[in-house]
Amino acid sequence: MARISRDEVLHVARLARLELSDDEVAKFQEQLSDILEAVSKVSQLDLADVPPTAHPLELANAWADDVPRPSLTLDEVFANAPDRDDDHFRTPPA
Amino acid sequence: MTGGIDTLRLTAEEAKRLLDAKEISGAELFAAYRAAIDERDDELHAYLHVCDDPGGDGIPLAVKDVIGTKGIPTTAGSKILESYVPVYDATVIANAKRHGLRVLGKTNTDEFAMGSSTENSAFGPSRNPWDPSRVPGGSGGGSAAAVSGGLAPWALGSDTGGSIKQPAALCGHVGLRPTYGTVSRFGVVAFASSLDQVGPVAKTVRDCAYLYSIVSGRDENDSTTVDVPAVEVPQAEDLKGLRVGVPKEMNDVAGIEPGVRDAVRKAVDLAESLGASVEECSLPLSVDYGVACYYLVAPAEASSNLARYDGVRFGLREDGADFREMVMRTRDAGFGDEPKRRIMIGTYALSSGYYEAYYGTAQKVRTVIKREHETLFQRFDVLVSPTSPTVAFPIGAKIHDPVAMYMNDVLTIPSCMAGLPGLSIPCGLSEGLPVGLQLIGPQFGENTLFRAGHALERALGFDVVPERLR
Repeated sequence: MARISRDEVLHVARLARLELSDDEVAKFQEQLSDILEAVSKVSQLDLADVPPTAHPLELANAWADDVPRPSLTLDEVFANAPDRDDDHFRTPPA
Repeated sequence: MTGGIDTLRLTAEEAKRLLDAKEISGAELFAAYRAAIDERDDELHAYLHVCDDPGGDGIPLAVKDVIGTKGIPTTAGSKILESYVPVYDATVIANAKRHGLRVLGKTNTDEFAMGSSTENSAFGPSRNPWDPSRVPGGSGGGSAAAVSGGLAPWALGSDTGGSIKQPAALCGHVGLRPTYGTVSRFGVVAFASSLDQVGPVAKTVRDCAYLYSIVSGRDENDSTTVDVPAVEVPQAEDLKGLRVGVPKEMNDVAGIEPGVRDAVRKAVDLAESLGASVEECSLPLSVDYGVACYYLVAPAEASSNLARYDGVRFGLREDGADFREMVMRTRDAGFGDEPKRRIMIGTYALSSGYYEAYYGTAQKVRTVIKREHETLFQRFDVLVSPTSPTVAFPIGAKIHDPVAMYMNDVLTIPSCMAGLPGLSIPCGLSEGLPVGLQLIGPQFGENTLFRAGHALERALGFDVVPERLR
């Protein structure tokens, strides 16, 4: 199992929207390589004809009644917001 | 003893009896736990937040800090949620309040419930009441330390790969991870949604059953919940007719401590003397591949769930010149190392070119694990093993080696992957520290676990009060 490269760490961090310091990149390169080596064990099994399990229960069509219910007020919705502009969450420009 | 109430020994069942008989008032009971917290929590650090008495005559309840509580901070052990105060209650909290329970405080956890020692909490580790130089287990180490240290009669925890069972084992009390789908996840901070389950942490199996009966049941706000069989609080003290399987790979797992193996062996012999039929069996692939499977599936789900922490709607925000920079700086500053590792492993396992090799393969291994367990439950009512291969380890011993830390959960993970309920009860001491016995049942087999756990608990006579606090 190949070790994960520095560029791969940066690529994954970018996908996951994590800005890492240089020290973190070096540390995680080593630790993620160790973890990936350990979990790669799953590829040793012969899994032909084995279906995947996404969920432990076999549930289907768990519908809720489609009726209006009271929801949170706008002030409750914004209670934890870092920044608010009237009825919008305010963010830096995209 | 605090005002005549011995919080180290008082069970929730006995507290209810005293309250019903008006031998103590609700205010006195709440105050007794607050006094115990004042006395011992500087050392144990079980709580991240302690509440004032909301009034009423119900039993106090400690709540793991991943469970949302209206008006009470809910941090999930993370800087990114340090200032978060929910505006609604999780369904389990609403259920608890409807039964009169009063939230005593929020207990420490590994950040986002990711860990086996509470050392990943952004607010510092909790300590084991049996030996404060050791971990209480994790991620629910705060709830475990609170119950074991007499700082709460019982608690709610959450379990993804062992976070209720393993701390119960390391702190010498009882914890139930319920069948997936029996307890609502609505309002609970999500880690890995196909695995997360809320469950009770208590001093006795009967208390566990009682708390489970309060919080479980179908919830229209969580479409993965189902109708739950009526909970039977256990009475019987024999195990006649119970078929017990002893998976040899779990009872002889690599790294198991001799004292742990001996204590569990004695408990299995005791089960036989109580009338159970005991037979060795095998779970070869589940034990061998469970940890690898879990550390692909859980991080993959976590990487998706934790995408919501973007500094926009709630939680921490760091400044940035534009939106993307704000998000990336917020996530770097807000998440600790373990969530970052799991987010990156999960993102890698789900990324283009690696999806089939990692996540897709892990999902198939999950099927293999589920089938192995199903086959055994055609012959057995309960499977038994140690909960943890070791007793509580020293703080700092494994924190710099993530893979070694992950192996703590080698015995709790397989049944979690299969969606099965598991109960941990204390079964003895090894080197002066508690050993946990894990009882695994088939889906919706909680009543069988309660019956078996209760009978064994009575026969074992384990004293749940840490020796140094007696």
